[in-house]
Amino acid sequence: MLRLEYLRAVYSGLEKCLVVTIMGATAAELHSLGHRPNFFYLQHAMGLASSTGLGLALSLPNQKIVVFDGDGSLLMNLGSLSTMARYRPRNLVHVVFDNESLLSVGGFPTATSTGTDLEGIARAAGIPAVLTVRTVEDFSSAVKNALDGSQLTTIVAKVEPTGPAGYVTDLSLVENRFQFRRYIQSLKRS
Amino acid sequence: MPVSLASSKVIFNALKQCDVRLLSALPETWLVHLIRMADDDPETILVRLAKEEEGVGISAGAHFAGVKSAMLMQNHGFLGSINGIVSFAHLYKIPLLMLISYRGSFGERDPWQTQGGNVTEALLRAMCIPYSFLDEVESVEKRIRQAQTLAESSLQPVALLLTRDLMWEE
Repeated sequence: MLRLEYLRAVYSGLEKCLVVTIMGATAAELHSLGHRPNFFYLQHAMGLASSTGLGLALSLPNQKIVVFDGDGSLLMNLGSLSTMARYRPRNLVHVVFDNESLLSVGGFPTATSTGTDLEGIARAAGIPAVLTVRTVEDFSSAVKNALDGSQLTTIVAKVEPTGPAGYVTDLSLVENRFQFRRYIQSLKRS
Repeated sequence: MPVSLASSKVIFNALKQCDVRLLSALPETWLVHLIRMADDDPETILVRLAKEEEGVGISAGAHFAGVKSAMLMQNHGFLGSINGIVSFAHLYKIPLLMLISYRGSFGERDPWQTQGGNVTEALLRAMCIPYSFLDEVESVEKRIRQAQTLAESSLQPVALLLTRDLMWEE
């Protein structure tokens, strides 16, 4: 299954959420569906998308936060699962696109290709709700249930190791960051 | 344990005066009182980390949310956070208020701390991170306020090195 199809299936449901993505294909694909001011693309600092989501979730307990993580990024910061589980914010949905590959830097296989089980790691870290999905239908309902529910959820979505031709968008990193913060501040005023 | 409770209180109160509402921390001897004070304070969100670099992402999230934060860590935790500082805080212009216990400097008895002490200031300078010292109680409040002011106006990480003279009583 293609990550782009997963993203397309949940795109409309992200309108009221704050969304943080990892770098590379995930950022480029979400951007290609139509950028919104509530999307922040962390184009480097691998591993810290989930930490950013946790910081947002703890600071804004009444706001739904969605993180689009990846297997390569999460493997660089597995401790983040234990930190998220420790505080288990009810408003955080943590999606991990697992393509078993470091796609953006040349497609090198990650440890999930040789048996490392991110669902098992997340569950053992103490994340209260964890599941793996392999179809668009299952992904859509998992994200919807997590957003409608009130439990920290990690959704491991198995995807093919393919992505767009290029990763650079016309949105500068700093512009994205200021726009994202300004959007959040506008929510507080309204 | 001769970690200064009095100095820790002054530091914690100064952070509160600056409206710091979220603290990320990884335990280290000199920080034990500060972490306990944060834990006991209902107005402060304390995030106990697995690794200090997570704190960069958490502080960035708090900044986007409009919540002022600070990071408590040992200098070895700063060493372990360098990629996050460069490829998130510097790249995206994120203010970070970093309170770093300056282990491995004059008076250090633990051999394992000494290499980190050698390189801390050199690395801060190489990364163009403005830094100063918390070395006496009288200037703590003002210096924390100044560090936070600079972090917020320059949108970049700023470091305060917590020294043995302030943190250790013996």
